[in-house]
Amino acid sequence: MEYWLPVIFAGLMALSMLVYVVLDGYDLGVGILLNGAGDREKDLMIASIGPFWDANETWLVLGVGLLLVAFPMAHGEILTSLYLPVATMLVGLILRGVAFDFRVKARDPHKPVWNQAFFAGSVLASFAQGYMLGYYITGFETTLAAHGFAFLIGICLLAGYALLGATWLIMKSEGELQRKAVTWARYALWLTALGIAAVSIMTPLVSSRVVEKWFSFPQFILLSQIPAVSAALVLISHFRLKKLAHNGVEGAWIPFAMAVALFVLAFAGLGYSLFPYLIIDRITIWDAAAATESLSFILWGVVISLPAILGYTVFAYRVFWGKTRELSYD
Amino acid sequence: MDALALARVQFAANITFHILFPAITMGLAWLLVYFKSRYNRTGAEHWLEAYRFWVKVFALSFALGVVSGITMSFQFGTNWPGFMETVGNIAGPLLGYEVLTAFFLEATFLGIMLFGRKRVGNRVHTVATWIVAIGTSMSAFWILALNSWMQTPTGFEMRDGQAFPLSWIEVIFNPSLPYRLVHMMLASGLTAAFLVAGLSAYRHLRGDRSEANRTALRVGVWLAALLIPAQIVAGDLHGLNTFEHQPAKVAAMEGLWDDTEGAPLLLFALPDEEARENRFEIGVPKLASLILTHELDGRVPGLNSFEGEHPPVGAVFFAFRIMVGVGLLMLVVSWCAAWAMRKNRPPGEWLSRTLVAMTFSGWVGTVAGWYVSEIGRQPWLVHGVLRTADAVGPVGAGVISVSLATYLLVYAVLLGAYVSVVFYLASQAAGGEVPRERDRLDNPLQAAEAG
Ligand code: HDD
Ligand code: HEM
Ligand code: HEM
Repeated sequence: MEYWLPVIFAGLMALSMLVYVVLDGYDLGVGILLNGAGDREKDLMIASIGPFWDANETWLVLGVGLLLVAFPMAHGEILTSLYLPVATMLVGLILRGVAFDFRVKARDPHKPVWNQAFFAGSVLASFAQGYMLGYYITGFETTLAAHGFAFLIGICLLAGYALLGATWLIMKSEGELQRKAVTWARYALWLTALGIAAVSIMTPLVSSRVVEKWFSFPQFILLSQIPAVSAALVLISHFRLKKLAHNGVEGAWIPFAMAVALFVLAFAGLGYSLFPYLIIDRITIWDAAAATESLSFILWGVVISLPAILGYTVFAYRVFWGKTRELSYD
Repeated sequence: MDALALARVQFAANITFHILFPAITMGLAWLLVYFKSRYNRTGAEHWLEAYRFWVKVFALSFALGVVSGITMSFQFGTNWPGFMETVGNIAGPLLGYEVLTAFFLEATFLGIMLFGRKRVGNRVHTVATWIVAIGTSMSAFWILALNSWMQTPTGFEMRDGQAFPLSWIEVIFNPSLPYRLVHMMLASGLTAAFLVAGLSAYRHLRGDRSEANRTALRVGVWLAALLIPAQIVAGDLHGLNTFEHQPAKVAAMEGLWDDTEGAPLLLFALPDEEARENRFEIGVPKLASLILTHELDGRVPGLNSFEGEHPPVGAVFFAFRIMVGVGLLMLVVSWCAAWAMRKNRPPGEWLSRTLVAMTFSGWVGTVAGWYVSEIGRQPWLVHGVLRTADAVGPVGAGVISVSLATYLLVYAVLLGAYVSVVFYLASQAAGGEVPRERDRLDNPLQAAEAG
């Protein structure tokens, strides 16, 4: 148990971070794209994520919660190193979270202001998350190169979320808005691909340990599938989107599924690079783990509640299945 | 200010902002359950109308609660790394259970509760409303379990400077949990009750005579009148529990410097920590001893017995008086209002104005109460286990100042926006009903056209 509990919790934490990135990714993405649309479309775009955003963000709370529960020794160091980007992300999340409600409840003339807050909050939070990821990969080096790298990832994640958001909208909307979403998705796809490529090239440059993990045999053969499949996904998505731009109806869910697959692959690659470190080359998951008593106590909770959470999450998505209409409290 | 002071101010600012909204949502969620159940049972439209209005206020408050709560969950790491390193084995699982059993539940079903009535049918929608209410209360349970454990830690042992759990039952059901939980849930009920009463009175003043609004007003007033005596009793018991476990906190609440037999209950004083004495004391002789020890000449330890180990006196002393003052004011106002509105009488002008003035009184009481609890725990972060000064992180004062200033600015704007939008919603609801009626009277032609 001394060995396995931290591994299990590292896996759970990674899982909830991945679920967070995909789920909040599409709703942050919708926020990033907001300004490309007209007023009525804005309402529809926000209506498409209205019932979900809160639960989506809860996966972030779970991810951070698991970091705190399972690895209290690293929790402090990671979060103090990321102090400013965390604060930036939080301000972004606050702005967009409240804008959801304020934009429809405040006086009409204030609505554009809250729309802007929604847009700005989404961009700020997404960029900050990318920045954190980048800075984290460098092992919190305080060099200019590390910050530059973090900045780059910040931009890439913006593109990635925009891709998720656009493909989500393709699935949830019709007509003019859907056509716009296809166009957005086509741009975002290539930016995302560029981003993933940049990360894949930069990461080994930043960390020699990553080089070792990826480029030694025989792992290399297996691992090279990740970039290969990713590249294939990008190409297929490209053609699907092209086709969608013409017929608009059939397989509207496919681009979203592919975008998700792209994220899963990128995430798997990253997870492989990092394991078993929580802070690269310094703190492993076993160094930072909480007491066995605490981990087994919380594991019970996870085993019982996670299936329940998944169950009612699926239920909620089914309730709001299909193309989005206006949201109302009735 | 140094990094420690700034980290404390920042944490206090964030949690103060956060608690404003749970204080509303926990109570209001149950009121919505009540409105919905009454509608289901009677089929009377006005219950549904009341639900429809208050669910808007709920949604807005909930959104603010969620985003400020997300801030909270990062704060332990960014501001108090020493906290998790020392007591992470205890705090972690409690916070974890809160996320797993409460946050997902409320966040997921909130979507259905707010937007799903047409899609899922009435029954499932009612169930969703229940689940959201249960979720908010459950989250209060876990977070208060943690906070109570920090006040009265039990069920653990220290090994190499780290806390290890021995019995989870003792950790969770620590001696102050029952008092804190009951007191906080009542505080939340009162906050929601005065919010409902205040906004409904505001609508009344604006000429809204709808059945829905009258009902909500009565529910708010009656709920407040019922809860406030319970709260005073609960608060008294809570104080006795604190007297047992944290006597230094009680000495600060009472403003008592020397060990005293037959200690007075001070109504007012200016505690002077330099001179270690009070100025301008006004008090009732022997009453504090009577309340705390049930004997007129019972012995109450004073602050001098805890020199260097007691909290800052002034803040605790005044915060306590503000809370109790708000409680007494609530008692007077809610009972007067219930009396004035007996047998379905409409509230008078001055009563409505008083209720409007009291709309956010629950916030004042709740925040003051938390300040008593939390500042009264100083210099400890976990009573007797970890000092606040030992938990602070390595982040520099400059960095904290920047983020603190940003947070404060954002909070000020949001608080202003929240209060003004809530009143705007109320005036819109009031206006939406009245002009239509007036239209009909003033302009029969148009009314006829509209059918
Ligand atoms: C007595 C009640 C209470 C107290 C003392 C706190 N909270 Fe809270 N919190 C709630 C009662 C609550 C709630 C009623 O459950 C909220 C408010 C509105 C909401 O959406 O849920 C909530 C929301 C909320 C959320 C968002 C949940 C979501 O995504 O739905 C987080 C992450 C936290 N809180 C975290 C904290 C932390 C780390 C606290 C302590 C330092 C804390 N809260 C104090
Ligand atoms: C919800 C209402 C709460 C309010 C209004 C509140 C308020 C405060 C205030 C004013 C302080 C600063 C005291 C000082 O430095 O003199 C403080 C400190 C603190 N509280 Fe709370 N608190 C609340 C709930 C909680 C809960 C639920 C927890 C933990 C589970 C908690 C944990 C802490 C910690 C870790 C500190 C840091 C120590 C410090 O700043 O001195 N608080 N709180
Ligand atoms: C009028 C009689 C009241 C009494 C005698 C009373 C007593 C107390 C005491 C002794 C504490 C400190 C407990 C501790 O930390 O050790 C406390 C805390 C608190 N009070 Fe009150 N209180 C009263 C009214 C109110 C009212 C009207 C509200 C809000 C509407 C309120 C809200 C709170 C809160 C939120 C706390 C902090 C959380 C907790 O410790 O439960 N109280 N109260």
